[in-house]
Amino acid sequence: MSTQNTSTSPAAAKAKPAPRAKLMDTLELDTRLLGMIGAFILVTVVFNVLTDGRFLTPRNIFNLTIQTVSVAIMATGMVFVIVTRHIDLSVGALLATCSAVMAMMQTAWLPQLLGLPLGHPLIPWLAIAAGLVTGGLIGAFQGYLTGYLLIPAFIVTLGGLLVWRNAGWYLTNGQTIGPLDPTFQMFGGINGTLGEFWSWVIGIVATLAAMGALWAKRRDKIRHDFPVKPVWAEITLGAIIAAAIMGFIAILNSYEVPAARLRREFEARGEVMPEGYTAAYGLPISVLLLIIVAVVMTVVARKTRLGRYIFAAGGNPQAAELSGINTRMLTVKVFAIMGVLCAISAVVASARLTNHSNDIGTLDELRVIAAAVIGGTALAGGIGTIYGAILGALIMQSLQSGMAMVGVDAPLQNIVVGSVLVLAVLIDIIYRRRTGKG
Amino acid sequence: MQPLVEMRNISIAFGGVQAVDDVSIDLYPGEVVGLLGHNGAGKSTLIKILSGAYRADSGEILIDGKKVTINSPRDARAQNIETIHQTLALADNLPAPANLFLGRELRTMFGFLDDSRMESETRKIMARLNPNFKKVAEPVSALSGGQRQSVAIARAVYFNARILIMDEPTAALGVHETKMVADLIMELKAQGLGIFLISHDTREMMALCDRVSVMKNGQLVGTERVEDVTEDDILSMIIMGKKAEKAA
Repeated sequence: MSTQNTSTSPAAAKAKPAPRAKLMDTLELDTRLLGMIGAFILVTVVFNVLTDGRFLTPRNIFNLTIQTVSVAIMATGMVFVIVTRHIDLSVGALLATCSAVMAMMQTAWLPQLLGLPLGHPLIPWLAIAAGLVTGGLIGAFQGYLTGYLLIPAFIVTLGGLLVWRNAGWYLTNGQTIGPLDPTFQMFGGINGTLGEFWSWVIGIVATLAAMGALWAKRRDKIRHDFPVKPVWAEITLGAIIAAAIMGFIAILNSYEVPAARLRREFEARGEVMPEGYTAAYGLPISVLLLIIVAVVMTVVARKTRLGRYIFAAGGNPQAAELSGINTRMLTVKVFAIMGVLCAISAVVASARLTNHSNDIGTLDELRVIAAAVIGGTALAGGIGTIYGAILGALIMQSLQSGMAMVGVDAPLQNIVVGSVLVLAVLIDIIYRRRTGKG
Repeated sequence: MQPLVEMRNISIAFGGVQAVDDVSIDLYPGEVVGLLGHNGAGKSTLIKILSGAYRADSGEILIDGKKVTINSPRDARAQNIETIHQTLALADNLPAPANLFLGRELRTMFGFLDDSRMESETRKIMARLNPNFKKVAEPVSALSGGQRQSVAIARAVYFNARILIMDEPTAALGVHETKMVADLIMELKAQGLGIFLISHDTREMMALCDRVSVMKNGQLVGTERVEDVTEDDILSMIIMGKKAEKAA
């Protein structure tokens, strides 16, 4: 028996990975993505056990997603920055400046200068527009310093970290500005959710869109005589995607609004809450915003010239230039996109806190860079994905809030997060060496 | 006959070094002109002025007898000048189609990248240039030297170049692939393209070129028709930096 075992095991060990790899190829799944999803699931399951099942409740999953949004939005932009071999250390500070501009717009400048009364329906939108323009312009300016004046991005944005945080301080005289406009607050998370019905609608629309995209891709391949996946693989992939989307919506829809809060809402309208009435939060608007940002950024990365040039310039700047790509202007664009995303994150972050404070976004630069890097963005340039960065942000946030729930000391929390960042990059390096990718 | 390209009295200096010093060369349709010289003789620099990578300090460039300004690679491409750089200038993280169409992507009617059409065009041209080429979807970093070379060549050929610049096209290639490039040069020449070829291999140059221009220390030593000179004549021009007394 034993001899038979030893003689067959090497062969079996050799043959074993092959069918699995083949299955992956057939499904055209990214093993890297699966690895990250696996790590994410592992983290959540471990914390769920450690917290006696409190981690994976609808309530905590809801909180986890709204806590992740701000960093995740910026992380998608950081992918472009790092892919082009730059870095942006100023994102947290830039978020603070944009937040200050928007807070001042809605509480001081618009009411006083334009005479719009507080609560005017235009106020939140004008404030957000001002924030987006501010973020875009500051980002473009930092991109100009980097791309045209050739100051290293590390220095430009290290300076920016000090400049913009304190520019924000001057705008508000160091005061905390609040409460922010009620409509504006709806972008923060718990104060702006879609409710059960619209969450299902969004879920169904998203599922149909994903199926449509899969189908269109397959049809396009057939039209060009490229090999296509077998139909069963296509259906399996579609089913996994549909289950993931609808499962996520179902979880958010099972988080019910506390009865006391509902009763207050009815009382505010001068009504009496019917007996046995319940309502669920559903999909937060901020999470919907993140999903939209993720889709737009993925399309930019994969389907536009801008995205193609970002990756080409990151892979080989000289080749990009010799191909007639204006790499300097490209740098300006990349940093401008980063700035606009900081402004969007500023909307979410300040709306969640219901006010603007000076320390908003402090240390976000580190979280954002860590999210992008854990998500597989290579600091050497040319490699990175939007979904990876979002998953990275989710993993980081899960670790942080999981440890908080378990009752780990704050200093130890940071030690763990820092170690995980370094470890994740090490694993990535080993993975790339093994597979010969990148 | 009208020359396709005339570069007249071109000079360029980097810092204090006169990399190209008052050099004039020309190229006719259906002709291969070789540039020879030691490392640092100024061949690549001269040719990079034509391809738009560098801007000359003085001198002028004429295409079809008309003076043109080439300030960027984009300007050069607009004049149907295509370059295969010594470094190949490929983005290693991207697959062949993305590299082939870099800067000139095919797009759908909505303005998005048409990756399927680019892939299918890439398959078509690669089938012609290098039938063994299969790795269309993988990053070019996964390709062999010869395969990378054929991507770079495909990029130049696909866009109907009239003037082709090849900087050391066979330096990294094996025997078989070198032969393939030589055949391709002859084919393109027959189609009426003008080709500037840079190489260290004098024997290869004697076989492929109609004329050779020899450079040394940034200056033009001379331009000769290959049938008028021997390999030794050319070698002495490269080494001595002056025209050999013709034996015959």
